[in-house]
Amino acid sequence: MITFMNNSDSEEEPCNERTSLMSAESPPVPSYQDGLQASEAGEAQAHRKRRAGSSRGPNNITGGETSGSGVPVRESALENEEEELTLKYGAKHVIMLFVPVTLCMIVVVATIKSVRFYTEKNGQLIYTPFSEDTPSVGQRLLNSVLNTIVMISVIIVMTVFLVLLYKYRCYKFIHGWLILSSLMLLFLFTYIYLGEVLKTYNVAMDYPTLFIVIWNFGAVGMICIHWKGPLQLQQAYLIMISALMALVFIKYLPEWSAWVILGAISIYDLMAVLCPKGPLRMLVETAQERNEPIFPALIYSSAMMWTVGMAKPDTAARGPGQQTWDAAEDGREHLRSPSHVESQMSETRSPVPTRPVTLEELEEEERGVKLGLGDFIFYSVLVGKAAATASGDWNTTLACFVAILIGLCLTLLLLAVFKKALPALPISITFGLIFYFSTDNLVRPFMDTLASHQLYI
Amino acid sequence: MTLAVFFGCTFIAFGPAFGLFIFTIARDPLRIIILIAGAFFWLVSLLLSSLIWFIAVKASDPQDERLQKGLLIFGVMFSVLLQEAFRFLYYKLLRKAIEGLVALSEDGCSPISIQQMAYVAGVGFGLMSGAFSMINLLADALGPGTVGIHGDSQLYFLTSAFMTMVLIFLHTFWGILFFHGCEHRRWWEIAAVVIMHLTVSGLVYGVKPAPNQDPEALQDVPVPSHPSPPLLSWRQDWPSPSLQYLFSWTVGPQPALVGQALGSSCGSQPTGVAETGSLQHPLRSPHKTPQFWGT
Repeated sequence: MITFMNNSDSEEEPCNERTSLMSAESPPVPSYQDGLQASEAGEAQAHRKRRAGSSRGPNNITGGETSGSGVPVRESALENEEEELTLKYGAKHVIMLFVPVTLCMIVVVATIKSVRFYTEKNGQLIYTPFSEDTPSVGQRLLNSVLNTIVMISVIIVMTVFLVLLYKYRCYKFIHGWLILSSLMLLFLFTYIYLGEVLKTYNVAMDYPTLFIVIWNFGAVGMICIHWKGPLQLQQAYLIMISALMALVFIKYLPEWSAWVILGAISIYDLMAVLCPKGPLRMLVETAQERNEPIFPALIYSSAMMWTVGMAKPDTAARGPGQQTWDAAEDGREHLRSPSHVESQMSETRSPVPTRPVTLEELEEEERGVKLGLGDFIFYSVLVGKAAATASGDWNTTLACFVAILIGLCLTLLLLAVFKKALPALPISITFGLIFYFSTDNLVRPFMDTLASHQLYI
Repeated sequence: MTLAVFFGCTFIAFGPAFGLFIFTIARDPLRIIILIAGAFFWLVSLLLSSLIWFIAVKASDPQDERLQKGLLIFGVMFSVLLQEAFRFLYYKLLRKAIEGLVALSEDGCSPISIQQMAYVAGVGFGLMSGAFSMINLLADALGPGTVGIHGDSQLYFLTSAFMTMVLIFLHTFWGILFFHGCEHRRWWEIAAVVIMHLTVSGLVYGVKPAPNQDPEALQDVPVPSHPSPPLLSWRQDWPSPSLQYLFSWTVGPQPALVGQALGSSCGSQPTGVAETGSLQHPLRSPHKTPQFWGT
């Protein structure tokens, strides 16, 4: 459910990117909801609130039927509006995820196409120990399957380890691990990347300048990701480290193993998030029980803040305050239903202390959607591999790109329907793989023949 | 080739479509989703039609030219029909989506109308179709090479770009017409769209092709070093005489030396140049032939 990005990685540790998508609000904790509703109105609300997400028709109906008292009517109207707002901004959330995923893919594809380093074979990771240089097809297939098994087992072990650490509250260890891995990504991999890009374009850079650039980039990145920073800068850094990680995977995974690993990891993601004993599901549930956010370094959050003014729309005051957003406070969006203005809700929810919160204002946080960094990474691996290895070049890349976006769209639709954390990899990767292989083998000869005859369909 | 051709062809082919995208579609998230879904539907239709074509080609004799040509035409027609079928399926999907949006909205009307959806779906189909036709050409245009050096038309990129632009517009309009026909149950509109699509796809086939079919082969020709024999062979049927006057300084039927015509007088000239061609100042009478070469 939650995306976990064990950024530790490098070549010494694999990324156990297990990916999934989680809606910013956690499912309503029963006790809180009960308390809230008991303080508000009758129990007519209770079942309606719990079923709020699933079906809107009955809600409308039940809302209309309880129109005896004034408060239920107001609340039902507010809840309908809230639900409609949820769906209306569903499209907006999709776009809020399309943009970073597209940016990450663009960075990866641009790098793959221009910098030779990431398409050269320079050995393999130790997580894919079997070589693919065998003459026979069967042997090669077997080796890639074995590589996949090794890789997925490493990922499973790492994930379980992380979940155990989280369960037994070894927060320091986890934070240390995450910090170490983002250090490695932000400094070492950036250094290598910058070196290769400079080599490609034959630009000379002296060491002092290099040091200053890398130091600034890395230090600001660490601050933005692990502490506070402007939301967009944090998002930019997360996109960049996902792109870097994806490039590492594209370089070091052998051909066939990469495709089999992509398939296997989407199956693993499906099971880890949806099975009752899956590690990711346990992680999300534990986090929700404790009302804590999942580690900010592992999740891309598209949240922002806006205000729905009831009596006094006061959007102007909010402008500058909105951008700073503590990454860790994203988790507070699980308070999902501010349709009744409660003073305690307003207090807990406002991270910007300068803004006076009045009871007349309805303050509603925009429910951003969160996507795990592992999703970014594996989407970019798929598109990058398509760009690197497909002989049909750009058509294949474009087809995989559209397929992944559509998969993401469908996953978000399911998220809006089921309202719980979902794996984001399976649908997109499945579409991506289908489109990669079919475009490369079927569409490419067709389009080439058409182009040579200048036929347009 | 290089950057000028690349940017020129890109903007010819995709400029209007991107303008449409930026001004009408980019602001509304719902429209962007409909656009991408439209592109996806086109892609699926292309996939299925290439599957059929591929099977047909593999099952047939590769040496038989006429058969291959026939199969290609069959492939094109089948692809067109499948695209229109998928346009219909997309129409059905969008109708259901509108019903869902209406049910969810508070004032009973959907945030987007079927006509807007038709337009966006058309742009989606068109963009994807144009991208698949043009992107590989554009990537090739960035690299070295000379268009038409084997005797083919050197306007290949340009005509492809224009054709792509036309096709994107056509898909947009066909989308609107098709959805309108489906909405109001006017089958003749739908039939007209299908027939137009078939006609356009089949028409282009009749206009060309050039003998050397493989655009990839164009890259293998080494760029001749300067100064050198003519880089481009100008056709005699250049449309405008003024343009011809401007670009080709020829006396007689010899091909113009464009590189030298642009005023470079450096280095040693090959003897062939001094004998055959001579530079003419564009504003002077063609009969006076001043010698600009320092000999």
